[in-house]
Amino acid sequence: MEYSKEVTDRYNSTKNVGSLDDNDKNVGTSVVGAPACGDVIKLQIKVDENGLISEAKFKTFGCGAAIASSSLITEWISGKSTEEALAIKNTEVAEYLSLPPVKAHCSVLAEEAVSKAIQNYRDKNRESN
Amino acid sequence: MKPVIYMDYQATTPCDKRVLEEMLPYFCEDFGNPHSSHAMGLQAKNAVEKARKQVADLIGADDPREIIFTSGATESNNLAIQGVSHFYKDKGKRIITSTIEHKCVLEAFSAMEREGFEVVKVPVLKNGIIDLQYLEKSVNDETILVSIMTVNNEIGTIQPVEDISRICRRKNVLFHTDAAQAVGKIKVDASLVDLMSISGHKIYGPKGIGALYVRLKPRVRLTPVFFGGGQERGMRSGTLATPLCVGFGKACEIARQEADAESSRLAELKSHFLKKIFDNLTKVHLNGDIERGIPGCVNLSFEGVEGEGMMMGMQDVCISSGSACTSESLEPSYVLHALSVREDLAHSSLRIGFGRFTTSEEVEYVSSKIIEVVKRLRDMSPIWQE
Repeated sequence: MEYSKEVTDRYNSTKNVGSLDDNDKNVGTSVVGAPACGDVIKLQIKVDENGLISEAKFKTFGCGAAIASSSLITEWISGKSTEEALAIKNTEVAEYLSLPPVKAHCSVLAEEAVSKAIQNYRDKNRESN
Repeated sequence: MKPVIYMDYQATTPCDKRVLEEMLPYFCEDFGNPHSSHAMGLQAKNAVEKARKQVADLIGADDPREIIFTSGATESNNLAIQGVSHFYKDKGKRIITSTIEHKCVLEAFSAMEREGFEVVKVPVLKNGIIDLQYLEKSVNDETILVSIMTVNNEIGTIQPVEDISRICRRKNVLFHTDAAQAVGKIKVDASLVDLMSISGHKIYGPKGIGALYVRLKPRVRLTPVFFGGGQERGMRSGTLATPLCVGFGKACEIARQEADAESSRLAELKSHFLKKIFDNLTKVHLNGDIERGIPGCVNLSFEGVEGEGMMMGMQDVCISSGSACTSESLEPSYVLHALSVREDLAHSSLRIGFGRFTTSEEVEYVSSKIIEVVKRLRDMSPIWQE
């Protein structure tokens, strides 16, 4: 697979790999994809008192494009409000990384991971209120 | 640019320089058409016939006339499957193959199925060896052809050709084998089969040439796939490519002389490679059968990491993967699927191929690189558990 420099760079020096404490009520977690399909993204966000994403971490099982998409989207959502993060579209990720069409689903998965992590954070906080 | 290490010898092999040297005069100097009856034609014909004998000798064919030159194993397989099915269609309609054949065999069978033939695909056991009992039960009075590969291209397992041959002989059914991955690596014996496909570029010969062995005694017949001047005993029309024939012949001659020594050397490289991988990584699975595999092919699944992701971490190494992300169809390897390999492990597979020009330093480098990349990717994998 021929990838852009953006994909290769992000694959080679991934940002924000890791985990956050899921027991923390300020942490939202999502796991999207399936091992049988060849890609799984686990994405976690921590939201501060101002409603901003103070930390974003990921772990990804998948191809170079999936890893690069995960890394990029965690960079993009860091410091943003949850609303701003939800507004990021998979097409922006695909465009920035110049993903070939067959790899578009990697960016879709990354967008889905963000929205489900935010949903999880919101659900958790709704319950505790 | 950093030099690249080639470890994909099942995909193709570099042309041996001795082969190229033998070919060169037949491009610009001795360029005659081997089917012309003048002096230059005869010169080319003699070169082609010498090559035919070299190919026949490698596979143990009694008569060089049993070798039909083609453009490669894909054409040979198509000629065998379509040709036999069409010629013997009044004798019966059942044709049998296995689930792990090369795409060109499976697709040729599908085409025959669309024409009304009844196709049976024999399953394989977990180690990639075909289910012989299933095969035996499948061969009925309606069966005209069994086509089972000698060595699988993804996992390197060697099929029990003698047993398959015995079943086919007993039931009086033609037996074709795709031996593209076998010749030059293990001893193949044409006396066990009725038709055999081989390829030039898998054995350090040029691309664009292959052959189909078609038994003369008792004579196997087939309907040609395309029509023309009636060359190659009417089975494969078209002017022969003299330089390619010559190169293919030379490659066969070298293989015959050097295959034994080469196989022992590759077997040592393979065992060293596997030891290093298994000493340094846990949860690695060998796909295929360690005892019944060719020495130059290793197929491994690394739990928790995806194949294309691994390949990206070692762009200076040419290997391949059964991962969906590396296939045109975006489906994981159907061969590993046929072996009942777990789907996530099919995505996690790498095929490493050693060959004539692989050095122990390269094996050392690549194994270290794989270990490093797998460890890094496992650290960032949500499904990896120590």
